[in-house]
Amino acid sequence: MSEDRSTAIIVGAGPAGSTAAYLLAKEGHEVVLVERGTTPGSKNMYGGRMYSHALNRIMPGFWEEAPVERPIAQESITFLSGDKSVSIGCQNMGWAADPYHSFTLLRAEFDAWLAAKAEEAGALLACGIRVDELLTDGGKVIGIRAGEDEMLADVVVAADGVNSILAQKAGWAKMFSPGQVATGVKQIIELPAETIGQRFQLEGNNGAARLFVGDCSKGMQGGGFLYTNKSSISLGLVINAGALQGSQAKLCDIIEDFKSNPHIAPLIEGGQVAEYSAHLVPEAGLAMAPQLYGDGMVVVGDAAGFVLNLGYTVRGMDFAIASGEAAARTIMEAKARNDFSRQGLSRYKELLSQSFVLRDLEAYRKAPEFLENQRMFKAYPELVAGLATRLFTVDGSPPVHLMKMVFGQIKQSDISLMQLVRDSLKGAIDL
Amino acid sequence: MKRLTIEQLLGVNKFVLDDEQAHIKVNKQICSGCQPKPCTFACPASLFSIKDGELSFDYAGCLECGTCRVVCPHAGVAIEWQYPRGGFGVHYRYG
Repeated sequence: MSEDRSTAIIVGAGPAGSTAAYLLAKEGHEVVLVERGTTPGSKNMYGGRMYSHALNRIMPGFWEEAPVERPIAQESITFLSGDKSVSIGCQNMGWAADPYHSFTLLRAEFDAWLAAKAEEAGALLACGIRVDELLTDGGKVIGIRAGEDEMLADVVVAADGVNSILAQKAGWAKMFSPGQVATGVKQIIELPAETIGQRFQLEGNNGAARLFVGDCSKGMQGGGFLYTNKSSISLGLVINAGALQGSQAKLCDIIEDFKSNPHIAPLIEGGQVAEYSAHLVPEAGLAMAPQLYGDGMVVVGDAAGFVLNLGYTVRGMDFAIASGEAAARTIMEAKARNDFSRQGLSRYKELLSQSFVLRDLEAYRKAPEFLENQRMFKAYPELVAGLATRLFTVDGSPPVHLMKMVFGQIKQSDISLMQLVRDSLKGAIDL
Repeated sequence: MKRLTIEQLLGVNKFVLDDEQAHIKVNKQICSGCQPKPCTFACPASLFSIKDGELSFDYAGCLECGTCRVVCPHAGVAIEWQYPRGGFGVHYRYG
C-alpha cells in the first residue's frame, strides 16, 4: 500500500466530481480524480440541457471557452394523443443572451473539458480505472481499492453516479426500488445546422427544448424530450422503471415508435442516428437520498439522488455542480481543522441547505408523488388534445358553448370532475 | 426516418468489448422460474431475450444503465451486476 495520502480521492469525473476536484486543486490541495471511462464523459449521458447558474458562479462566463452547443431560447410542452397534439410554448430571447439561462451540450465533450479544467488546476486525473472497494479503518473510509491498487486519502468523494457503488458499499444507500428511478434512452440524430434552424424557427445559434407527455411513453409514467444541438438533435424518453416492469413493449421499440409519431417525424426527417445511449435517472429526490456524509466520505451529484423533475423543468447538472462545490468547501474547512470525521464533514449538509440544492429539493419534496399520478400520462393528454381540437374545429355541427364543451369533454374522458379538481389543487400545491 | 432495429442502433455505438470478463452474470435457474421477465422488455439494449423457452443474455452491447438490476423481481440473486472493468464497455462519443 502506498503511504502517499492525498487530501481527496474523487471517484467519478462527471460534473459533480470534476467541480469538486477543480475547486480543491485550485486551492492547492492534493486531489486524485478517478474515472472508469477511458476519457471523462465517455460513460455519461443525460437528456440534453444544463441550466447555467451553478457553473456560472464558479467559472463566470464559462460559455466563452466551454464546449456548449446552443443557448435555449424556446421552451415547450406538448401533449400527444393519437393524431392530435397540444403545445404550450414560450420564447424568451433574454434566455439566449448573457448570462445565458441554459445550454444544450454533449457530455462526452463537456465533461472532458470540465475534467481538464480540474487537471489544469493541479488535480491528478486517472482514467480507465474502476473503483472496486472502499478501504476502511474502524468504520472510517480511508481510501479506495481498484484491482490490485490501493490509494489513501483524508476523504473520498463518491461522485460515481446514480448506481453509486460506493454509497452502497459503505452501507449508506439502500438499493433503490424500481419506482424511485427512471430509465432514460436517447438517440443523437445528426442534421445540418441550417435545417435545425429552419425547422425549429431559431434565430442564429439559438436552441429549442421540447418536452412531451402522453403517447410517447405508452401511458406509462414518463415522457419524451427533444433538445437541439448545433448539428444534431437529442431525442429520447424517460420512463419510470416501476412502470417498465409491467411494460409489454420493448424500450428500444418504444423510442422508435416515438420517432415515427406524426408530431416528431417531420422534425427529424432525413437525420442520421449517430448514437444510442441509456442511463438511469434518480427520480424520488430526497426520498431516495443516501446518507450524505460520514467518517471520511461525502456523496455528491446523481450518487446522492440530486435530480429534480417538475414535469416542465428537469434538472440534474446544476445540482451536481453545486453539490461538488459544497463538498469542496467542506473538505477545505475539514483540512484546516484536520478533522475528517462525520462531525468534521457535517458542514456539507449545512452548505447544501444554504444553497439551492437542498432548498429546492425540499421545496418540491412532493413533486415526485404528484408525477406518479397515472392520469397525467394518458387521460389528461387525451382530454387536453380532445378539447383543443374541438375548440378549433368548424364543420357545420350545432354550436356548443365553451363551458358545455369543457364539461362534455370531461364527461367523455376517464377522469371524474372530482379527480380533476383534486389533481389541479395537488399540482398547484406540490409544484 | 426509417425504423431501426436494436442491432442497427447498437451498431452506431462505440464499444470496447471485454472478452475475458462478463460484467453482468445471470442465474438462469432462477430466471426460469420468473414469469414476467421484465428484463426482456426494459433493457434498452434488448440484451435479454427468450430462446427455446430459456432466458438468453449477452453482455456485449450493454449501455451500462443498470435498468436490469432495478426491474428484476429477484434483484440481487438472479443478476450479479457491476460495471465493466476500467477501459471496457460502451464509449459514448456524444452522451
